[in-house]
Amino acid sequence: MNTDTIAAIATGMTPSGIGIIRVSGEDAFSIASSVFRRKNNKPLTEYEDHKAYFGYIYDNDHVLDEVILLVFKSPYSYTGENIVEIQCHGGILVMNRILELCIDSGARCADPGEFTKRAFLNGKMDLSEAEAVMDVISSKNDLALKNSVKQLNGSLYRKITGIREKILYETAFIESALDDPEHFDLTDYPDRLSEKLIHILRELEILSDSFNDGRLLSEGVKTVILGKPNVGKSSLLNILAGSDRAIVTEIAGTTRDTIEETININGVLLNIVDTAGIRESDDVVEQIGVKKALDYARDADFIIMVVDSSEVLSSEDEDILEFIKKNDKKCVILLNKSDLGSVIGPDEIACYTNNPVITVSAKDETGIEDLKKYIIDVFSKGFIKYNDEIFISNVRQKEALSNAISSLLCVAKSITEKMSEDFYSIDLTAAYDYLGQIIGEQMDDDVVNEIFNRFCIGK
Amino acid sequence: MINSTFSEKYDVVVVGAGHAGCEAALACARLGLETIVFTVSVNSIALMPCNPNIGGSSKGHLVREVDALGGEMGKNIDKTYIQSKMLNVSKGPAVHSLRAQADKSEYSRSMRQVLENQEHLTIKQAEVCELIVEEGIIKGVRIYTGGTYYAKAVVLCTGTYLRARCLCGEAITYTGPNGLMAANLLTQSLIDNGIEMQRFKTGTPARIDKRTIDFSKMEEQKGDDKVIPFSFSTDPDSLTKEQVSCYLTYTNEETHKIIRDNLDRSPIYAGIIEGTGPRYCPSIEDKVVRFSDKNRHQLFVEPEGLSTNEMYISGMSSSMPEDVQIQMYRTVPGLENCKIVRNAYAIEYDCINPIQLKHSLEFKKIKGLFAGGQFNGSSGYEEAAAQGLVAGINAAMYCLNKDYLIIDRSEGYIGVLIDDLVTKENHEPYRMMTSRAEYRLLLRQDNADLRLRKKGYDVGLITEEQYQQLLNKQSLINEEIERLKTTYVGSNSKVQSFMKKMNSSMLKSGSPLSELICRPELDYDLIAPIDENRPDLPNDVKEQVNINIKYEGYIERQKKQVAAFRKLEAKKLPDDIDYSSIKGLRLEAASKLDKYKPVSIGHASRISGVSPADISVLVVYLESRK
Repeated sequence: MNTDTIAAIATGMTPSGIGIIRVSGEDAFSIASSVFRRKNNKPLTEYEDHKAYFGYIYDNDHVLDEVILLVFKSPYSYTGENIVEIQCHGGILVMNRILELCIDSGARCADPGEFTKRAFLNGKMDLSEAEAVMDVISSKNDLALKNSVKQLNGSLYRKITGIREKILYETAFIESALDDPEHFDLTDYPDRLSEKLIHILRELEILSDSFNDGRLLSEGVKTVILGKPNVGKSSLLNILAGSDRAIVTEIAGTTRDTIEETININGVLLNIVDTAGIRESDDVVEQIGVKKALDYARDADFIIMVVDSSEVLSSEDEDILEFIKKNDKKCVILLNKSDLGSVIGPDEIACYTNNPVITVSAKDETGIEDLKKYIIDVFSKGFIKYNDEIFISNVRQKEALSNAISSLLCVAKSITEKMSEDFYSIDLTAAYDYLGQIIGEQMDDDVVNEIFNRFCIGK
Repeated sequence: MINSTFSEKYDVVVVGAGHAGCEAALACARLGLETIVFTVSVNSIALMPCNPNIGGSSKGHLVREVDALGGEMGKNIDKTYIQSKMLNVSKGPAVHSLRAQADKSEYSRSMRQVLENQEHLTIKQAEVCELIVEEGIIKGVRIYTGGTYYAKAVVLCTGTYLRARCLCGEAITYTGPNGLMAANLLTQSLIDNGIEMQRFKTGTPARIDKRTIDFSKMEEQKGDDKVIPFSFSTDPDSLTKEQVSCYLTYTNEETHKIIRDNLDRSPIYAGIIEGTGPRYCPSIEDKVVRFSDKNRHQLFVEPEGLSTNEMYISGMSSSMPEDVQIQMYRTVPGLENCKIVRNAYAIEYDCINPIQLKHSLEFKKIKGLFAGGQFNGSSGYEEAAAQGLVAGINAAMYCLNKDYLIIDRSEGYIGVLIDDLVTKENHEPYRMMTSRAEYRLLLRQDNADLRLRKKGYDVGLITEEQYQQLLNKQSLINEEIERLKTTYVGSNSKVQSFMKKMNSSMLKSGSPLSELICRPELDYDLIAPIDENRPDLPNDVKEQVNINIKYEGYIERQKKQVAAFRKLEAKKLPDDIDYSSIKGLRLEAASKLDKYKPVSIGHASRISGVSPADISVLVVYLESRK
């Protein structure tokens, strides 16, 4: 049953220490050969069982990392299949990239718990361990699902959904025409579809590029900065982002209040929902105000509240503090503008909440290191497990995205080769399904339902 | 029900003689089993109470498959067609589909004759009102006049007759289609035996007197010049006859206004109809409401037969009151002075939730009880025939203690149809559609014989001679494909000038003939001039050769998918699994699995609410049971 070769990051996603990428299956060695070269710059051709090789992982022509490659031959391995383990230097981006290279060379992203499942199915585990194995599969899967879908950044979700809707519409149109040919005419349709495909492919390629930057997906912690207007939210964000400022994605059709930014603080990724006021401080945008920001805060994992310490607490400040009190969220309160002389201190805040309070000055850039330290402390400890599952699912999502692109390229090819329309919908459906995997949705009867909803067919 | 001591014994009882019942009864009798088929009226055997045609997109595939397995529908329509068309010819071979207009009364009469002349088959006009079930095993049925008919197996094909009621506006009659008697008692007996029932509805348009139609305002639709038979055993030359035409016209804003103004008098919108109707065959009321942006809807005016003036107005089914019907039909160009012979009406009926059936179409709960057709929540003559045939064959297999006939999703549209019925939550009458078949490049109407004849032969409905013909055809196809792949043509001047003439790019070096066939501008027939040693082959062989070479890339891709699909189908799930006790299955998955009792891992994966992770857990569980 398991004829394909799977790969995954086998260690946690801590940004330090050693990382292991494990590849298991028939093609494990040939996949290793295409990404790994020995110290003497020669590719590995003979794999000796239980041997370690020292060398480099190549990303195209340049060295990505210095690694040790361990070889386990079938059946003497954890899964009973051929296994290579690539031990690398463990940076998140490096591990991720190595996994991607393995996938580009023909491996498939392992499903949650799949190594254990294979070990069991190949007789490497005792039958009595079956229950434990089933537990591993279901719990890992739950976690992966929760994280991949819930943490998916909103703009990506909407984009994928939008593209899927377009693909589904075209599929349903073709299928309606096939089912009811006397009702729907496909003359000139290939040309029209061709044009639409160009747009869809362009959108997907932009998405794919952002995946390559590792920035579009919310690897990070969903974060909202709260505060009344003019407390210095945007200056603080700019300091935090620093030169490492991430790309900003604006979503077509929505207003400027849904801008998301990902910033990297020593390996901890914060995915900041910019509540408009943060980026532009002109009055119009600020009007969106606190209320809207609170809506975002409800979905967030982390809240940064900014208070102007040079003024007494306003009713808006109190509203925010009440909200924090009621919602059990990780939160830090920043007393900004300490340079102007503080009229309120940590004690005033303590009346509302036990969350930590840090005194900062965006102007003098003081207190920023304390804030960063706090963020790293909180999120690279308690959230480690959560982070590595997210990373794994990201690579899986990227794999699905590139499969979707190939499927649509097949449609384009079918059009160029003047194949008939029924061939298009086969690959359109495949692309739709792959995109669904990214956002955790299955196909079911979507095409049939779309036919009935959009097109008036039947006798 | 009358008390009576009268009883008889048969091998198989078939309840209903519509398109499902006819196939079921014929299959059982042809396999040598003493069979009795009940119908509420012998005059309504193989009745076509709705559209006057057989086939159409994906339904044509079903008819071909029925024929390949040894069923009767294809042969009967070949005998009684009055117009024939291959649909989608400008598209790929997978979606070509035959559709023929039938002479309805001839179709019915001809099928009745086949049944009457069939050995081992008895026809009986009676209403079946009760199932006799003992300890979960079917024993027979009782009829209204009191008699008891014992049988090893019973096939239920009750169509739309169970507690049927017809609605035409405020006028409600408690009858089956065409005013035929409804069967009002069997439902209760089914419920008493633990069968879950549901209520569906469907509808039909008015029939109009041909003499009151002005065809000059409509567009004539002719049949194909070259008629292709449905049945693999029909000689194409025997089909030559003069064909009749259909006509195309449209509704307009005036029609729609009348409908909108009278919506409160439509039983559906007034809430009188309780059954669930099909989305693919919407009434004109539905079309006007749901697609309000469309200012016209297409209508086909189709003859009901050669010996009648009645014309079927396809596209305009309705349950509006009579006076509204007259008004709205008369707004249509060509129908300004029309007279309605039969009003349009909606019909409501009892059917089962088909997830209570196995893939063999036997009830999970009652051994020896099978079901087919609209009774199973499907719709359409072809869908009915396909299920009736499978249910009949399996009733016979049950009696003979042989392996059931199971067609899977990779083998035929019949497989898709049955798997969907027994696996998905169906909330409306199920219609076959080409988009439902995920391996449709392999499930073409042109190769139904190559896909399914062997199965028909194995169950005993296909003769040795027919089977040998099939094997011969297959080997001719294989040999010719092999020859084309290994025969090279050089880049000589004859070949190059041929390429030039065909607007195809010149050859740079020698090329196998098969590669030339793959070029979009060429095909098997076209390259004949440069294929010097070509053997003389029958047309159906040539067709297969061409399709298989031309679409090889796509076909191979689907074959790979099928291989993966079959691996999962082969992992059988025993039916004694207690899903709630399996650790690691999500609660929703466990309860769904428990409800459906899937037969294999593959089957389980198609149940909505069962995730890939649940499937992984099941695979591990299955392994641990070994």
